[in-house]
Amino acid sequence: MTETLAQWLTSEAPASRRQAVLGNLYRGLRAILKNPTALAGLIIVALLLLMAVFAPWISLGRSPIEQDLAGRLAAPSSAHWFGTDELGRDIFTRTLYGARVTLTIVVLVSVLVAPIGLAVGTVAGYLGGWVDAVLMRTTDVFLAFPRLVLALAFAAALGPGIENAVIAISLTAWPPYARIARSETLAIAHSEFIEAAVLEGASTWRILFRHIVPLCLSSVVVRLTLDMAGIILTAAGLGFLGLGAQPPTAEWGAMVSSGRDVILDQWWVATIPGLAILVVSLGFNLLGDGLRDVFDPKSA
Amino acid sequence: MIDIEDLNVTFHSAGRDVRAVQNVSFRVEEGETFGIVGESGSGKSTILRAIAGLVPSASARLEVNGRPAAHRRSRADRRMLQFVFQDPYASLHPRQTVDDILREPLEIHRESAIDERIARAIADVGLLPAHRFRYPHQLSGGQRQRVAIARALILNPPILLLDEPTSALDVSVQAEILNLLARLRQSYSLTSILVSHDLAVVAHLCRRIAIMQLGRLVEIITADDLRSGAVKADYTRRLIAASRGFVRASA
Amino acid sequence: MSGELLVVENLNVAFPGRTSVTQAVRDASFTLGRERLGIVGESGSGKSTTGRAILGLVPRPGIVTATTMSYAGRNLLANTERDWQELRGRRMSMVMQDPKYSLNPVLTVGRQISETCFLHLRTSREDARRRTLRMLEAVQIRDPELVYDLYPHQLSGGMGQRVMIAMMLIAEPDLLIADEPTSALDVTVQNEVLRILDDLVRERGMGLIFISHNLTVVSSFCDRVLIMYAGRIVEQCAARDLQNARHPYTRALVAATPSLDSPRTELATVTRDPAWLQ
Repeated sequence: MTETLAQWLTSEAPASRRQAVLGNLYRGLRAILKNPTALAGLIIVALLLLMAVFAPWISLGRSPIEQDLAGRLAAPSSAHWFGTDELGRDIFTRTLYGARVTLTIVVLVSVLVAPIGLAVGTVAGYLGGWVDAVLMRTTDVFLAFPRLVLALAFAAALGPGIENAVIAISLTAWPPYARIARSETLAIAHSEFIEAAVLEGASTWRILFRHIVPLCLSSVVVRLTLDMAGIILTAAGLGFLGLGAQPPTAEWGAMVSSGRDVILDQWWVATIPGLAILVVSLGFNLLGDGLRDVFDPKSA
Repeated sequence: MIDIEDLNVTFHSAGRDVRAVQNVSFRVEEGETFGIVGESGSGKSTILRAIAGLVPSASARLEVNGRPAAHRRSRADRRMLQFVFQDPYASLHPRQTVDDILREPLEIHRESAIDERIARAIADVGLLPAHRFRYPHQLSGGQRQRVAIARALILNPPILLLDEPTSALDVSVQAEILNLLARLRQSYSLTSILVSHDLAVVAHLCRRIAIMQLGRLVEIITADDLRSGAVKADYTRRLIAASRGFVRASA
Repeated sequence: MSGELLVVENLNVAFPGRTSVTQAVRDASFTLGRERLGIVGESGSGKSTTGRAILGLVPRPGIVTATTMSYAGRNLLANTERDWQELRGRRMSMVMQDPKYSLNPVLTVGRQISETCFLHLRTSREDARRRTLRMLEAVQIRDPELVYDLYPHQLSGGMGQRVMIAMMLIAEPDLLIADEPTSALDVTVQNEVLRILDDLVRERGMGLIFISHNLTVVSSFCDRVLIMYAGRIVEQCAARDLQNARHPYTRALVAATPSLDSPRTELATVTRDPAWLQ
């Protein structure tokens, strides 16, 4: 059965559009699985996903905010695998739930940043002229803001919280995407298959969304994956400063921050969430590198 | 069918004006295959692009199918004429299947019976149903050029512009594509303009041939003139001699 | 010492892939004297790979084997990389299709040519410059002094190809392999470049291997022609007899080429026969 499925997917003569698209995805997936770096990254990111989704089950029903003042700052043991924090909360459970916060930020930033960058970049690159000038100068203005400072200002103005952290990060993160999309668009805007679409009578919007965006997508996805580590670190940084997710929400940056005072005596309080940040950032970086190898073997 | 008088195309690059096409006039009758021959920089492809509206041009008259053709074209104008490009590797979208590529023009013009028409277009250009859902990188150069021809013909345009359609192909594949074009111009009753640097290719398909040099029209001759050498301009004579191959200087 | 400059017997070039081995050249045997030998074939016929194998330039992971491959009595199969470097440029050279990719964009034309001269002939700098100017003149560049100081991007296609030829010939090799040297050029320029090659072969007694897909050019320019199909030499004949070739593939190629002299209503297409590979 698996043999025939693989044959169906790699068929040189697909019988339907669905088979052709799935076949292409299958070939891409196989290329990722053959690339050790990408595979390692994929496994880490998949684990993060599983942790976030199944947190209540993995933690055996323990609550991340349930306090136990009698058992505060307990060392790792069979009862508390990663020990407890200054309020006696189980750090293992909190780390699991922290994955949810991190994943939320990752998803929200991706959903905001990629479309804005793609839209601005492709429109500027394809239309050129004054549209290009206006859009790209605007991009430059946003690029000039230091990310963390803007995020601090936002948090100060709108009040701390995940949503505001996401907005602050997104505002400063999209300009590089606009630049990538623009340069990719410039490279293909005058190619013959775009001219063919013009001659078919396709409208500008149709050309942008049906013909140009799909070709810019892969480099944007690669860049986004590579940027994810930075985004996670910024979010954790905001949490550490008390401007991200608010207590008692389990958030890795805030957890590191709360362990700061006891780092010499109770090392696990700050170390465990710190390690989580490290591993997940590394995972996204590895995956991004692998994806770049797969999508664009030339620049590897 | 196509009537051009005093066509001029000027490109502005690096502060200089390059006059790519200068004062070119000719007419193409209905059902004719008109040839344009010239070397690189002669402006032969630019004329085609001007007719298609891909580059801005100035002219005393530029009529396609009895209607003046402006630079801005309506969707109805677009269906009048289609284009086949030189490089079959660059003219097909790399992430679209043959089916997507052929579906696009039909969807844009809100045609009906799309699936049947795609199947028929694929058969018309000598491809197999098995090719329908392949990506361009899964096809050979000749098959890609067939897809490009199918895309150009799927809206049944009265006019087809061919820009060096076979120069990127091997001799045996070129023969197949030229035969295909000869057959299709019959069955679709096409009026077409064929641009090439290869005199033999143009003489094979066209009865009347314009010779271009450095943006100017040197002369318009017939294929028979070309073969017999009954031409007026010196340049044409030189071009014909060069195309017949290398002649060793008698030492 | 025989009259043969190059003897090749049973040349095979294979490129091992992940799942299968691509056989680019199969059992090719031919000899070259001081003559113009054309190699004709379609893309994938192995004609360029044959040329590269002779110069020891088959890219990794290609595997070259042959019973004999000798140049002026010297066994090329035993060459080390050092031996190749000594031969290439000095004794045998190659002209590629597109001069744009073969010239260094940040060095002037004169600098590049005289450098070759300086390296291979161990002449003085002044002598190298003199020889370079003379060579540029030999390839019919009208103002050698001016062209000497130009950068490659300032040259037209025909001029670039002439500069390439000058660079390849400055060390006075006995064997020149020209891989589609005129395919990127206009017909009128093409014939000028061919004339230069022709003069050089005659005056210097060079051997020339001329690789091309263009039957008209090869049959009018070369003395002898090899026709390659899928890595195999299917026919060898005198260039002027190409129209009366015997092998069905050669005949089909000739019939598929549109001709100014013999108009046809329909061009013949090539029906490939697996038996041609036997």
